[in-house]
Amino acid sequence: MKLPVKMTINDQSYSHEVEPRLLLVHYIRETVGLTGTHVGCDTSQCGACTILMNGQAVKACNFFAVQADGANIMTIEGLAKDGELHPIQMGFWEKHGLQCGFCTPGMIMSVYQMLERYPKPSEELIRHQLEGNLCRCTGYHNIVKAIEWAAEHMPAKK
Amino acid sequence: MATVASDRLFGKSIKRREDPRFITGRGQYVDDVKIPGMTYAAFVRSPHAHARIRKIDTAAAMRHPGVVAIFTGKDMTGVNSLPCGWDLRKEKNVPGVVQDLAMVPHMPLTSDAARHVGDPVAVVIADSHEAAIDGAEKVQVDWEPLPAVTVTERAAASGAPKLHDGAPGNVAFKWEIGDRAATDAAFKTAGAVTVKKRIVNQRLVANAMEPRACLARFDDATGELTLWVTSQNPHVHRLLMCAFVLGIPEHKVRVIAPDVGGGFGSKIFLYNEEVVCSWVSRRLKRPVRWTASRSEAYLTDAHGRDHVTDAEIALGRDGKILGLRVKTTANLGAYLSTFAPAVPTFLYGTLLNGVYAIPAIHCEVTGVFSNTTAVDAYRGAGRPEACYVVERIVEAGARAAGMDVADLRKKNFIPKFSGAFQTQVAVVYDSGDYGAAWDRMLQMLDYRKFRAEQEAARKQGRLLGIGFSAYIEACSIAPSKLVGALGAGAGLYESGKVRVHPTGMVTVYTGSHSHGQGHETTFAQIVADKLGIPIEQVEIVHGDTGSIPFGMGTYGSRSASVGGTAILMSLNKVIEKGKRIAAHLLEASPKDIDFSGGQFQVKGVPGKAVPFGAVSLTAYIPHNFPEGVEPGLEETSFYDPSNFCFPFGAHACVVEVDRDTGNVKILRYLAVDDVGNVINPMIVDGMVHGGIAQGVGQALCEGAVYDGQSGQLVTGTMMDYALPKADMLPMYETDRTVTPTPVNPMGVKGAGETGTIAATPAVVNAVVDALAPLGVDHIEEMPMTAQRVWKIIQGAKGAR
Ligand code: FES
Ligand code: FES
Repeated sequence: MKLPVKMTINDQSYSHEVEPRLLLVHYIRETVGLTGTHVGCDTSQCGACTILMNGQAVKACNFFAVQADGANIMTIEGLAKDGELHPIQMGFWEKHGLQCGFCTPGMIMSVYQMLERYPKPSEELIRHQLEGNLCRCTGYHNIVKAIEWAAEHMPAKK
Repeated sequence: MATVASDRLFGKSIKRREDPRFITGRGQYVDDVKIPGMTYAAFVRSPHAHARIRKIDTAAAMRHPGVVAIFTGKDMTGVNSLPCGWDLRKEKNVPGVVQDLAMVPHMPLTSDAARHVGDPVAVVIADSHEAAIDGAEKVQVDWEPLPAVTVTERAAASGAPKLHDGAPGNVAFKWEIGDRAATDAAFKTAGAVTVKKRIVNQRLVANAMEPRACLARFDDATGELTLWVTSQNPHVHRLLMCAFVLGIPEHKVRVIAPDVGGGFGSKIFLYNEEVVCSWVSRRLKRPVRWTASRSEAYLTDAHGRDHVTDAEIALGRDGKILGLRVKTTANLGAYLSTFAPAVPTFLYGTLLNGVYAIPAIHCEVTGVFSNTTAVDAYRGAGRPEACYVVERIVEAGARAAGMDVADLRKKNFIPKFSGAFQTQVAVVYDSGDYGAAWDRMLQMLDYRKFRAEQEAARKQGRLLGIGFSAYIEACSIAPSKLVGALGAGAGLYESGKVRVHPTGMVTVYTGSHSHGQGHETTFAQIVADKLGIPIEQVEIVHGDTGSIPFGMGTYGSRSASVGGTAILMSLNKVIEKGKRIAAHLLEASPKDIDFSGGQFQVKGVPGKAVPFGAVSLTAYIPHNFPEGVEPGLEETSFYDPSNFCFPFGAHACVVEVDRDTGNVKILRYLAVDDVGNVINPMIVDGMVHGGIAQGVGQALCEGAVYDGQSGQLVTGTMMDYALPKADMLPMYETDRTVTPTPVNPMGVKGAGETGTIAATPAVVNAVVDALAPLGVDHIEEMPMTAQRVWKIIQGAKGAR
């Protein structure tokens, strides 16, 4: 049995018939073909699959595709606008907040929400907020710096 | 046309050139590669730690919709065992062998018995990932469960269940290094203080964030097999798979390791899955993909460490180290992984001299088989285990002798040298100034001030502690001839090819592989500097046997020092040839041509010069060309180093232990590393940070735990295996001293593993120091979880 799903991803609409057990992250990667969202675990610990769903940072491995029916989704591919990197992306580049890059898309999407909630986070708050994202390469030091850099360079809210 | 760059890039923190694709989600990892007609593999794995296979019934699974084929070990006729690339045998004259290595078979799909949970016995191929998994669940295996042993110290005990016919008593090998008689004598020195401690280095899982994956595509028309695989060394994968396991022509196989999401050793080895998928693809003439789930990764990625050691130190009355005696049992798991025997022997025993002038050392190692996942190199590989033993026993010795742990170390450092220091354990260090790194670290720490603070805190009942680690590591692995004599089945050179295009743009093909190390930046810095061209004109290619020269890949912190040197050699050849072409154009003799700033110039005549780009163009349009010179401008080099390089440094960790909960909090972490000359400080700092986090992880939270009864891996998911998170770690305070190595022309040593080696003992020493007021003078086992520390506090004699 397949079910229809329809959603907007990075301002494009998609509709497919999918198996009810298909995870949203697999839908995004395999069906839609956006492979920037990664899968690093099967117990929802790593955060490599983090996307924005209706403005909330969520782990895409924690949803079935059918649960995202009608949702508005942004993945890492949708963050840079007109070839302009987002300040968070620039912060990660500037401060060497990545090595192998595998955790990076999830990190960046989760930071997106962090900075919306806490525009000027302290180091302690950043570390606490990164609870759901694992990185095996950087030891987090430069990720913290990248986020601080991004916080400083975010355009002022209107 | 090529332009000229002005600034020297060596030593500059250039932002990484690979980052734009990663921060925009456009990296290409193996699981991102899609090809039409792809099938999906799912492996049927043993749920038992040890069980005989009576029968495998695939009929029901075959009927499952979407299932294309199912294969068991019996179907894979003509396929050989996965090879072990390190042979410890007396007849091979490998030094130190006490009992020959038992070369036990490791079949891609086992057909007689399963020897650890997760051992693959069959593969289901289907049109979709889901169908493959469903099919695998329907394969019926008739198991006869057998008793299992997982515990390191029990694996070779009498009566332990036997894993392999070829390994009586589950002993894989016995090996020794150093001078037994001299060490025995040192321990008998009158007045010596001797301390003996049991030191356990627990089993770890590498946990690269990207799980292992492969995609094999056999092209029936050309007979070519392309294998995309998460590999740190694609040529090694190709050679081992073609020549040893499948017996297929090497030149018809292309191995591609595209973007790889971390390795830490675990992606060096040839694994069952890529061999099986390659074999199946040839058989079915269809592409076959497999990607490990994280749970599968825990069961099948080679694990690391797992040593149990008795270490003894003898100290003179003056605090000088007289001798070190080490006995280690190393758990190799159920099979011999690719380089497993090298890790607890030549990468371990040879580092027990540390940074100290120790007159006598003896070390014995017994490798044992157990019903656990195979153990092999994990970041540091042998060297962290050695450093852990040395740095823990030195502190235990200092405490027993009533000496300050910092003073005792300083008293025993090998004095500054360059060129050669012969250790007691075979290797010859290249250059060192251990006191300088140490002093810098103490200065950053303000050691005396800390001790005063600690004293004050103790009076208030707070448990503050400091731990040190003065480490040494052997990297830029290594001279082929030497490792060959030690049992290696491979050479350990590296290749670098420089292709100058007619316009003066340059593509470099390196045998090194980047899975986070930033080669596309660091290597380009070397090239841009040497040729005097902007870095934008340089492209670095790695990870594809279809384009790179045969190379050995990345592990053992060897890319900059070995891979970088190979590139440098090719650049020198390019310049030499360029000089001959330029000389012809300038009507001068080649020996009168200088090359600098991207210009070939007649010595002392600034007006008489041609730019690099003009020479490269002439090389490909050789109308006006010197006699006897071949057209084109492309050079390949293979660099085989004359020695290892030995980075070193001094780390310190300050912790506070919560008396009531046992929770350990890191207050400060300081690292002064000496990795020789540094090409890109930002990248080196990043590696140091990441290494420290992994070392701290081992000390505080990580550990692969098997249930002693059932042999199940208890820590089989990320929910159960605790990886370090951001809020456990501080900002690291780092600095460097620079002692270039004389081994290679750039003077670079290697930085990839230093942090991991140094951090673990520093943290554990700090916890011991924090608990000292309670009468604790040693802790045998890691990790320092709140529970373990709480128990230690409860059991301590000074607890109340
Ligand atoms: S894949 Fe790990 S949290 Fe989603
Ligand atoms: S950069 Fe490799 S896991 Fe974070």
